[in-house]
Amino acid sequence: MSESQVEPYRVSPASVLPRTAEPGNLPAGEGGRVTLADGSVPAVSIRELKKSYVLKSETVHALRGVSFDIPEGDYVAIMGPSGSGKSTLLNMLGCLDKPTSGNFFLGHDDVASMDDDSLAEIRSRRIGFVFQSYNLIQQYTVVENIQVPLYYQGKLGPAEKQRAIDLATSVGLAERLDHRPMQLSGGQQQRVAIARSLMNDPYFILADEATGNLDSVTTEEILNLFDSLNNEGRTIIMVTHEDEVAARAKRIVRLADGLLSSDRTNSEESRAEARIRQHEHVLALAQRKL
Amino acid sequence: MLWMRTWKLGVKSLLLHPLRSGLTMLGILIGVWAVIVLTAISQGASDVVQKQIESLGANTIIVRSIKPPPEKMSGRAALYGLKRSDLELIVANVPTVDSALPIREIRRQFTYGDNQVDGRLVGCTPDYAEINRLRVANGRFLADADDIGADNVCVLAAQVALRLFPYEEPLGKRVYVPESTHYYRVVGVLEHRNASAAIGGSLDSQDYSGDVYIPIRTLRRRIGDTVVIRRSGQFETEIMELNQITLQVTGVDQVRTTAAMVESLIMPRHAALQDVAVVVPLELLEQARNLRMMFLGIGVLIACISLVVGGIGIMNIMLASVTERTREIGIRRALGAKRKDIVQQFLVETIVLSFAGAFLGILLGFLGPPMYHGLLYAVKTASPQKFESLPEAIRQAEPSIVLATIPLAVGIAVAVGLVSGLYPAVRAAKMNPIDALRHE
Ligand SMILES: Nc1ncnc2c1ncn2[C@@H]1O[C@H](COP(=O)(O)OP(=O)(O)OP(=O)(O)O)[C@@H](O)[C@H]1O
Ligand SMILES: [Mg+2]
Repeated sequence: MSESQVEPYRVSPASVLPRTAEPGNLPAGEGGRVTLADGSVPAVSIRELKKSYVLKSETVHALRGVSFDIPEGDYVAIMGPSGSGKSTLLNMLGCLDKPTSGNFFLGHDDVASMDDDSLAEIRSRRIGFVFQSYNLIQQYTVVENIQVPLYYQGKLGPAEKQRAIDLATSVGLAERLDHRPMQLSGGQQQRVAIARSLMNDPYFILADEATGNLDSVTTEEILNLFDSLNNEGRTIIMVTHEDEVAARAKRIVRLADGLLSSDRTNSEESRAEARIRQHEHVLALAQRKL
Repeated sequence: MLWMRTWKLGVKSLLLHPLRSGLTMLGILIGVWAVIVLTAISQGASDVVQKQIESLGANTIIVRSIKPPPEKMSGRAALYGLKRSDLELIVANVPTVDSALPIREIRRQFTYGDNQVDGRLVGCTPDYAEINRLRVANGRFLADADDIGADNVCVLAAQVALRLFPYEEPLGKRVYVPESTHYYRVVGVLEHRNASAAIGGSLDSQDYSGDVYIPIRTLRRRIGDTVVIRRSGQFETEIMELNQITLQVTGVDQVRTTAAMVESLIMPRHAALQDVAVVVPLELLEQARNLRMMFLGIGVLIACISLVVGGIGIMNIMLASVTERTREIGIRRALGAKRKDIVQQFLVETIVLSFAGAFLGILLGFLGPPMYHGLLYAVKTASPQKFESLPEAIRQAEPSIVLATIPLAVGIAVAVGLVSGLYPAVRAAKMNPIDALRHE
């Protein structure tokens, strides 16, 4: 399947949610702040972002100067061949790693220059992660896993626990609150991870091959979950190999060899088509099993 | 609140790996236990040896009258030596003195019928027998009542009894002292006792074989302080209140300080004639000190070995545990944990393990002494010969827990635990979250 060829990417006015998470005492942004055409500040903007790994024998240039903006409420799929730097880029966006050079703004804040503790603070307050391998803490129950992000904000009250239970319910795990990851299927674990990524009411959700380990039925469930999150106004950035998954996003950014190779918007029609196509596929699968 | 939660989580993740946590705790437990028990046994053995040395007279100070040089005596009556007031002064002022034994000795001839023997007439108190470890063969030694009543009673050394009463039962008979024209009724006969060797050159050898013991009060009343002695055809007059005061000190440790106190009390009173000497069993003290140091050294060595072994065990498991949980650390870092949060989490786990292990180690440590006895009993029943061949210090040791070793052992074990928990935790926290997440 190929993504529909449509008009070049254009900024659509973002549906802005009121934020409950405060920027806190994060350092203020420096000059060079980015403003979009409509005057709003993008959720993420990067300029000439580079990352190289110095190995013993050579230096690997994983990212060689990537620039783009992601407005609030966007839903971006990052694609590209293996080794093109997708994960590296996503890690940078998630403040898990620092760029070698370039600018990186989260809202008003210049992230590229922050120290480790400030980055942890940003991860804790603004970012939700969904990993390919779920990355749940094995000794914790579903509810406890969902609560972890707030734990590092020092919030552990009954209100937080209730919120974790509500989130678990919203991803369809109401019956499994006290289960441990070992007792859940891959899809269920990934739903726990999604619930966890929502716990801190993040500015955006980062998903690296979130559906990579899942079958098409479960993949559809997860993508539907992302759709509804995005409809609520959440910004989602995901890395994927699969065109069918990328077809559900509003926008597809392609990387090749550490550089941006294309940046396109999926039309609403093509997204709806992809949704229907996948649903029919799932139904067909179900029928074949019967 | 946050801390409470951190502790609870720490305990929870420890309970998730009971074997690993148990092994770590076991390392600390054994370290603490070994230190407490082995030092207790070493202390017990040390006590046995100390007692043996004490029984040789290590805790005895002898204050003795000595004859002043003739030039100091010229023109005076032969009045010298210890006074009864010296004794009172010591008893009243030196708290570390357990007992003070006044002794007055006079060379005399003793007769019974036609039998006669030369010996020492020793005026003493009932404690004398015990302090010099004289044993009664027949009858009894002098009693308090004899001294209070200044009774004319005596106790004979074995040799004296044999000479005076070769064919008769001495008890109840009356021994005559011609020089003072007194009779003394025999109330006891001692067992034979070999002359004690000069111990370490500091205490003179003592020959008890020619002694006749009477209450010191009797001696004072019947004979007084003035004694005429015949020496190589000449008569000498000697005026002296006491020949010797034997002091028993509370413990071997206090001997030196006590001797110094006694000297400072007594010496000024005898400065002119220099007729008193304070004798300390220096070599015995030295020996006692060396042995104590030896046992202390052994104890410390054992303690160090146990703690090192325990420490390596702890370090090993903490390292493995942190490595095993690198992925978890990565997840937590990605979800907003700062480096110090990670370090804190592992610190809490180590603290819980260390203190739990130390606590159990102390509990089991208190079971050490009964365990030791059980072990001895087992050896004894299994092979009595082997038991007999064990050194006395081991057979008779009464393990006594040295309280100071408890905080010491706990302190070191917990410190080792903390350091070996802290090191891998800091290392893991320093990792890039990405690298930690990739870890399988
Ligand atoms: N920690 C690292 N040390 C050295 N080189 C690295 C490191 N991480 C990534 N690279 C290199 O950077 C380049 C980009 O890697 P990245 O993981 O971003 O690729 P990717 O697009 O996610 O590929 P895939 O689709 O296979 O996941 C690769 O050449 C990779 O070998
Ligand atoms: Mg990747």
